[in-house]
Amino acid sequence: MKIVVCIKQVPDTKGGVKFNPDGTLDRAAMLTIMNPDDKAGLEAALRLKNQYGAEVTVVTMGLPKAEEVLREAIAMGADRGILVTDRVLGGADTWATSTTIAGAIRNLEYDLIITGRQAIDGDTAQVGPQISEHLDIPVISYAQDIKIEGDYVIVNRQYEDRHHILKAKMPCLITALSELNEPRYMTPGGIFDAYDAEITVWGRKDLVDVDDSNLGLAGSPTKIAKASDKVRKGAGEKVALETPDESADYIVNKLLEKHVI
Amino acid sequence: MNLEEYKGVYVFAQQVDNEISSIAFELLGKAKELAGKLDTQVTAVLIGYEVKGLVDQLAQYGADRVIVVDDPELKDYRTEPYAHALSSVINEYKPEIMLVGATAIGRDLGPRVSARVATGLTADCTVLEIGDFPMVAIPGKEQKHNQLLMTRPAFGGNTIATIACPDNRPQMATVRAGVMQKITPIADAKAEVIEYNPGFVPNDKYVEILEIVKEVTDVVDIMDAKILVSGGRGVGSAENFKLLDDLAEAIGGTVSCSRAVVDSGWKPKELQVGQTGKTVRPQVYFAIGISGAIQHTAGMEESDIIIAINKDETAPIFEVADYGIVGDLNKIVPILTAKIKEANANK
Repeated sequence: MKIVVCIKQVPDTKGGVKFNPDGTLDRAAMLTIMNPDDKAGLEAALRLKNQYGAEVTVVTMGLPKAEEVLREAIAMGADRGILVTDRVLGGADTWATSTTIAGAIRNLEYDLIITGRQAIDGDTAQVGPQISEHLDIPVISYAQDIKIEGDYVIVNRQYEDRHHILKAKMPCLITALSELNEPRYMTPGGIFDAYDAEITVWGRKDLVDVDDSNLGLAGSPTKIAKASDKVRKGAGEKVALETPDESADYIVNKLLEKHVI
Repeated sequence: MNLEEYKGVYVFAQQVDNEISSIAFELLGKAKELAGKLDTQVTAVLIGYEVKGLVDQLAQYGADRVIVVDDPELKDYRTEPYAHALSSVINEYKPEIMLVGATAIGRDLGPRVSARVATGLTADCTVLEIGDFPMVAIPGKEQKHNQLLMTRPAFGGNTIATIACPDNRPQMATVRAGVMQKITPIADAKAEVIEYNPGFVPNDKYVEILEIVKEVTDVVDIMDAKILVSGGRGVGSAENFKLLDDLAEAIGGTVSCSRAVVDSGWKPKELQVGQTGKTVRPQVYFAIGISGAIQHTAGMEESDIIIAINKDETAPIFEVADYGIVGDLNKIVPILTAKIKEANANK
């Protein structure tokens, strides 16, 4: 079985969010990580590899620096990494991004494509389903559990108030939730391998069946009209009172003032 | 693409088990406002099996017209037949704006449809307006009027961006639940009904549903609560949530929680507030033992009054709280509950 996993290098917003004195986001001070949902997707692929035997290829699109997450993926157990990078791809929205990644994947053989549900920087959850549309294969989003049965994949798909157990014929694309599993750590041997591993680098010319008009900023239907770092709502009163009794009184008085009680 | 051909504001009227989801009414409320500014109509697209009986409800909440796609293949939500239905409607009727709820269904359907009809999609919008693009005229560049300007948070709520889709139609957005306002239903409203069936021929993309497992919970919807008593990791255990249950009961509120609590298995996911949970804006939000990670505050910072209790005076929750109390929740909450009961009894 051949599995392609799409991963993204993102700024770490979890716990490590840094603000400038004016309340805006300090991007330069933030570390980059492998997007958590993508890491869960990679872990799912590696478990399928252990269980059924599979070749796992990780693909990322980004700046040359994004090679780091490919090496991390190889250190976790992926077999090869492909970096899709080119100046003409910059500024892509989800449409242009999914077009690009689909164009790269057309070079590969695959039974299963796994992406994360969404990246923590954009939070759109669009690129996975859009890749499946471009490749004309079924998509199952929000996967909580993945099993293989012959040519079919059986997936537990989460909704707000229910799950569907779905059966889809491969090739198929699955988007993974970070709740799917606890990703493994890199192994020391894996880290050595990753350091030596050859990363395949593809540019615009390597994309298959992709029109220039669908790439990068110019090929993106959505355009940013305005972007701003959100200035957080100012803090109100903060008190540290001597006794719990005084603290409770303080809250009760506020609730009475506001006619809540 | 001749943009002039595309007219009207359309709403995907999500239904599950032949019951219209609240988000559909919220979207109709917004669509009515947008259609007013564009001097056009609101059309609801109702997709399912034996759903024609739901048309009047959509009219009552603001639909001038309902396009019904009714087919046995559409009984339960599956990506492909629903994507085929909605993209066929778009290709046939050419909406100017297409709104979809940012639900587990809408966030799956929206991207698939936008890719099929080759247009942009802006995810999880919280503000929708009609305006100019570019917003400020740039010499030598055409400024387009009457564009849908879609505002959304990104970076876990740290940044906000306003997005336009000036050269493609429809302008598509998924919209976060609980943000847009429904109109007061108009009792005897009727809508023009159009039945449309593009034909459904199953192929490999029609995945098979082997089983539907409904989560049987009697939990209330925290998005409807006026007062939320929300607990975080600092509460310490599932048992200790009793303190919050008691406070909620005394003040007439509902208990909710942070992601850490769900991850620890103390409370079900339905009660989770935050970026991967629900967006809430109650009148009063108690954040008890919640540190206030950005993923959490993104889902509650629009609350009218935020009261935080935390023993760590550096907890980021104090940056969004109107009233912050540094102290031990185990000591403060029971006394608070008793005092609220007392205040209520003295009324």
